[in-house]
Amino acid sequence: MARTWKTLSFRAGSGWQNSRSLVESIFVDHVNPVGASNKAKPESLAAMFREIVDEHYVVSDDESKRPYECDGLSVYKQLPGLVVMPSSTEQVRQIMRLCHKHKVPVVARGAGTGLSGGALPDADGVLLSLTRFSKILEIDPDAGLARVQPGVTNLAISEASAPYGLFYAPDPSSQIACSIGGNVAENAGGVHCLKYGLTVHNVVQLTVVTVEGEVITVGCEGMASAGPDLLALMIGSEGMLGIVTEVTVRLLPEPPHCRVVLASFAELEHAGDAVTAVIAEGIVPAGFEMMDSHAIRAAEDYVGAGYDTDAAALLLCELDGTEEEVRHGIEQVTAVFRRHSAGSIRVSQNEAERLLFWKGRKSAFPAVGRISPDYYCMDGTIPRRSLSRVLTDIARLSSEYGLRVANVFHAGDGNMHPLILFDESKPGELEKAEAFGAAILRLCVAAGGCITGEHGVGVEKLEQMLDQFSDAELAQLNAIKDALDPDALLNPGKGVPTLKRCQEYRSA
Amino acid sequence: MSALADLLQQVRDAAAKKRALNVFGGNSKQHLGREPSGDPVDMSTFSGIVDYQPSELVVTVRAGTTIAVLQNALAEENQVLACEPPEFDGEATVGGTLACNLSGPSRPWQGSIRDHVLGVRIINGKAEHLRFGGQVMKNVAGYDVSRLMAGAMGTLGILTEVTLKVTPKPEATMTVCRPVGATDALRAMNELSRMPLPINGACWCDDNLYVRLAGPTSVITAAAGQIEGSPLSDDRGFWSGLREMSLPFFAATEDLSCISLRSTHDHFMPEANWLLDWRGARRWLVADYDRDALERLVMDAGGEVWRTRGEGNDAGEVFPYRSEAYKSMLSSLKQALDPAGIFNPGRLYSWM
Repeated sequence: MARTWKTLSFRAGSGWQNSRSLVESIFVDHVNPVGASNKAKPESLAAMFREIVDEHYVVSDDESKRPYECDGLSVYKQLPGLVVMPSSTEQVRQIMRLCHKHKVPVVARGAGTGLSGGALPDADGVLLSLTRFSKILEIDPDAGLARVQPGVTNLAISEASAPYGLFYAPDPSSQIACSIGGNVAENAGGVHCLKYGLTVHNVVQLTVVTVEGEVITVGCEGMASAGPDLLALMIGSEGMLGIVTEVTVRLLPEPPHCRVVLASFAELEHAGDAVTAVIAEGIVPAGFEMMDSHAIRAAEDYVGAGYDTDAAALLLCELDGTEEEVRHGIEQVTAVFRRHSAGSIRVSQNEAERLLFWKGRKSAFPAVGRISPDYYCMDGTIPRRSLSRVLTDIARLSSEYGLRVANVFHAGDGNMHPLILFDESKPGELEKAEAFGAAILRLCVAAGGCITGEHGVGVEKLEQMLDQFSDAELAQLNAIKDALDPDALLNPGKGVPTLKRCQEYRSA
Repeated sequence: MSALADLLQQVRDAAAKKRALNVFGGNSKQHLGREPSGDPVDMSTFSGIVDYQPSELVVTVRAGTTIAVLQNALAEENQVLACEPPEFDGEATVGGTLACNLSGPSRPWQGSIRDHVLGVRIINGKAEHLRFGGQVMKNVAGYDVSRLMAGAMGTLGILTEVTLKVTPKPEATMTVCRPVGATDALRAMNELSRMPLPINGACWCDDNLYVRLAGPTSVITAAAGQIEGSPLSDDRGFWSGLREMSLPFFAATEDLSCISLRSTHDHFMPEANWLLDWRGARRWLVADYDRDALERLVMDAGGEVWRTRGEGNDAGEVFPYRSEAYKSMLSSLKQALDPAGIFNPGRLYSWM
């Protein structure tokens, strides 16, 4: 979980208890299109939905709606007007037609593991839970394709493909639970996207239900589709342009060999430079991760992966492929690490050791959770060459704000996950953590990077969108939204701040 | 006034008068799409490498930069644009390649030009110069406007700058070749693609199957041992002929169609003249035939067909049939990016 904060109470209309005016006002902003005239609607709507899906798949009582009040970013909470759980494209089509007719907002939700509040419900809207879309429809191992429903978990696709010697490459850390539909919505990444790409590189076709309740197919199993790339437009659009009801993904051959090089460094800068040097050498690691001293110690205390707890930084570099490819890669990587003053260098000698090396990295978040009452996970991305500089700046900000920060990140592709440690029970510390986080994202943008590499904007980073884009660019993004969803019914108040709010924020 | 300021002024004027602009780069892809019309906007002068950071594997170029110039600059650093788009006598530009979403034989393994795009700058129909995406590998802030431009044929805006991910150049390549019929070749290409081999091309042409390997010499030599056939001596010649559409197959005078289809789909119309690329997912057909009948057949199989030479269908379209809902989505997007409808109208579809 990105934030382990205790609950902040949050009710649409009554506003926040703390001072995030932008998010508050955007939320109020989008609740109102439904307006007072629709306040009485949920029950009559529920009756109409019960004509479409079985009655127990329409949830209207508060107790049963409770599990849907937030996603993985649990600081944002809101009970939805109704929860509807369809299981076919036809049902989604009918639901969308109804919602479109009655101008009811619709928020699609997969497994609810998102880290930016992208699946935060709408108080007067329908929360469309897609977990019943849980079938793997087809695996064509020769074509390297799997056609699945959006509620299937990321890991389940790889598990179903394993008997054919294939796997689905994007592997967000929540892969055991997150759904492929949610991955599509956020363009999820993971540890292996340095070599294998993000969701957008690994999905070939989608079935999408439009806000009007029309069904379209975007992309093509033949790897080329004429005209503007609507497939790419849909991927990462956070459920704001359509509802995905079927996903065809690309499967890749399982690499027969896989080994990890684990290296420790006495200086952060040396580790940062080593990352750049490995990539510059022409090596394409399957995964390339970095941890700083806070993260190393927390992880080592937690799982005992054998990390050097005196190190300022640790690099994990995974190489995969044929035996020959892996041997060749390991020689190159260890040589580069030596040149960059690595302390200890260890190469996994067997699968058990490889998994042990990874275990520390993979449990870094919960491990950090043990050394701090709360933490806040950022997702900024920077050019690799700025790694050392940005890390130094983060350390400076850390002392300015008086908050510790543990750095864990996908170093190979410059995607940082600084974890800001704080204690929400101390007055003002939450706000300080947020301000620190915003400052880190500004650093990322200034370094030529971006505010989110894989978690999405959701409700969390609406303000930071103003650091990333000019008003004209935001207006263009809003025009695209408006073109496909003129009444702003699909996941309103997420992803792209409205122009009105942009102006207010900039003049503030 | 700078070239950019001139361009912005030209767009502003055209939008005010609702005059069509025919935006093009090297004019090397006139054979794709429908007939261009409007006042010419020649982007080929808008060229040059803006920023190249070999250690970042990222290059930013002005859209009129040719693919050939770019590949040469990358080669000096031992890097490549791995989707190997056609260079068309050195005239194809980066902007045109992205606008047409053209990729070469390595596409199933290395991705398409769209997969390599990290960011773009565009001029929209309101004459605003906008930036989307960036220079980093991962970026999920806002809608993916950069990749939306891929395949748009310049109908959604003028590309002025493109940032691409580049790749270390493989140490060596090697092609294994054997004579075989189309059906067996399709099966072989798909079965080989399931194996963890460093394949970087698989094509059936003139009753021969060609499989290209790329990587360190020791790695591809070991892999070649697992593939039936003998080494092809003119390795580069064949693949560049395929990429540039200069193989004898493409010289036939009949209509030329490009079909995008699941790679395991059965070989059909065996009497016709075929070339099967992309391990069977891209199928070139040279034949005079009932276009609408072929389109129905391919659509029923979940594929797409478009003409790259010859007349369009009865409605004058060369690109695939689209449902009303799909058309409406594209038209709305066109309106959102180009409200006056000035960019390459009718180039993609008659209605857009």
